[in-house]
Amino acid sequence: MALMRYAEALNAALREEMTRDPSVFLFGEDIGRYGGVFKVTRGLQEEFGFNRVRDTPISEQAMTAMAVTAAMTGTRPVLEIMYADFMPLTLDALVNQASIYEYIWNGQVKMPFVLRTQGGGGAGAAAQHSKSLDSMVAHIPGIKVVAPSTPADAKGLLKSAIRDDQPVVFLEHKLLYNMRGEVPEGDDVLVPLGAASVTREGTDVSIFATSRMVHESLKAADALAERGISAEVVDLRSLKPLDLNAIKKSIAKTNNAVVVNEGWNFCGYAAEISATIMDFCFDDLDAPVARVTMPDMPIPYSEPLEMAVLPNAEKIVAASLQTLA
Amino acid sequence: MKNSPSIDEQIEIFRKMHVVRQLEEKLGALHKEGKTRGPIHRCDGQEAIGVAATAMLDDTDYVMSTHRGHAHYIGKGLDVYPVVAEIFGRTTGSCAGRAGHMLVADASKGMIGGNAIVGASIPAATGAALSNQVLGRDAVSMCIFGDGAAQTGICHEAMNMAALWKLPIVFVLEHNQFGLTVDTDMQSPIDDLSIRAAGYGMPSEIVDGNDPVAVYRAVGAMVERARRGEGPGMVEAKTYRLEGFSTSDMGGYQKDEDIAAWKARDPLKVAFDQLKAEIGEDKLKTIEAEAVAEVEAAFDKALSDPFPEFELFNASAAYSEVV
Repeated sequence: MALMRYAEALNAALREEMTRDPSVFLFGEDIGRYGGVFKVTRGLQEEFGFNRVRDTPISEQAMTAMAVTAAMTGTRPVLEIMYADFMPLTLDALVNQASIYEYIWNGQVKMPFVLRTQGGGGAGAAAQHSKSLDSMVAHIPGIKVVAPSTPADAKGLLKSAIRDDQPVVFLEHKLLYNMRGEVPEGDDVLVPLGAASVTREGTDVSIFATSRMVHESLKAADALAERGISAEVVDLRSLKPLDLNAIKKSIAKTNNAVVVNEGWNFCGYAAEISATIMDFCFDDLDAPVARVTMPDMPIPYSEPLEMAVLPNAEKIVAASLQTLA
Repeated sequence: MKNSPSIDEQIEIFRKMHVVRQLEEKLGALHKEGKTRGPIHRCDGQEAIGVAATAMLDDTDYVMSTHRGHAHYIGKGLDVYPVVAEIFGRTTGSCAGRAGHMLVADASKGMIGGNAIVGASIPAATGAALSNQVLGRDAVSMCIFGDGAAQTGICHEAMNMAALWKLPIVFVLEHNQFGLTVDTDMQSPIDDLSIRAAGYGMPSEIVDGNDPVAVYRAVGAMVERARRGEGPGMVEAKTYRLEGFSTSDMGGYQKDEDIAAWKARDPLKVAFDQLKAEIGEDKLKTIEAEAVAEVEAAFDKALSDPFPEFELFNASAAYSEVV
């Protein structure tokens, strides 16, 4: 084990996979000489050269479309889109290109690329630099979506994503980059895509959370424990494919479910998880599924306003209590 | 003349152009009988570009095409039979009936593939060129796009990166005068769209798109240059779309005198005239008849082939275990 920050864990994953496989290359805005605005790619251009670590112009639409065909033609590109808020610019490449070819070309091509981006609020970055658009990408068949909440998962999931033969959108969180945690050592320590993780065991209510909301859910579980309520926190990690067995298993034990996601409420990722729970776990539920999400409005700038819209431990506690009432 | 096609190459281009024309005319006839499915975008009058521009490429070179790609498919070496079978949704199609006529691909021939989002072939081909450069392969990538696609924002982004990084790519602008029903002069204030290449520091040449030898020479020079690592180039081939946008186009906006003028310069006639002194009219007519027969046989065979059975595509499933 090594103590690492989340950003350092991502950097280590990139370095190891680039060393292991010469077809892995990186491109994105400010990622080379400067090392990325969140420092995830620091030192990689020096080590691997411009050919494999490319600074790009501000051209998200073309870059994403280029990652798609580069992936079909023998390389494993890792593209960085600086903010998740810029993801709408990538959508034609994801919706109309990357997601269709393996199927419509009858298996003639593979699509091994990773689109790394970061989202989330709480940093005062305002309405165009704070969003969580998880459901927008998870909606697309053929696109895998991953959101690590710890340094160990950041490393292990990124390595798995790079080795995967399908497109993976890798969602980081701007408030997690400085988080420290123990990371297992070894080039082949992977965290598989499609597997959730039970972060805290409990018996009364299951809290299914993503990304930074896992940490808010853990705080909520502490507060609930003080009231004698045993909350289980499940980090979904792999937003798609989703670990349905982990959800079923947890609800079979607790009979109550709260879903926490930083995205908008309406048609959001939490809505999909709620519907999935209704589809597969209805008979195990004692109460309707509760959602803790972002209200359906732009993210405001001023600190008290931004804090008012973000999901947090207090809101998760309130939703849990209402579910159990 | 430098970069000219050999006589054998010219004959092959002539033959393939006839294959494409016959394919388009058969599709038009079957559409009238109600026997086609979905819109079909014919390229009658544009055969010289797709066939001659791809004639000097190897199977390891990539071509990204458009929604009007039949000449590009045949030019890049696909047999007409799997293309016809794909258009009719049969198991024997290039993509087992999953793709349809706009999205045909054959990765073994470097055709990846048709693309029906106008403008999307431009970054697509640029990405394949990036892959070639990252891996140090000497293959080139060819982007075929139209005057409509030239007006998209992604065209600028992709060409800028191609030129910035000296990627091994050739942009072939098939200027057929229309974006769906809207004339090019209602879409752009300039006639020659390739003058934009200068803005990227990229060489360009304008050619008569109905002259296969001229197309071959201009594109061939850009292909050689790209293969040498000297960066991208653009060829603007002027032509005219003789048929409507698609089989569902009601028409009424193309001028009769324009159609007549361009028909008088039909690329099949131009190709015939370029070869007749060299190999004789009788030989050319035999080649033409053989091409027609090949297409007829492809339709006969494809139309009696089975339809595919439906199977769910589990690789894109939402859950990590089978539900």
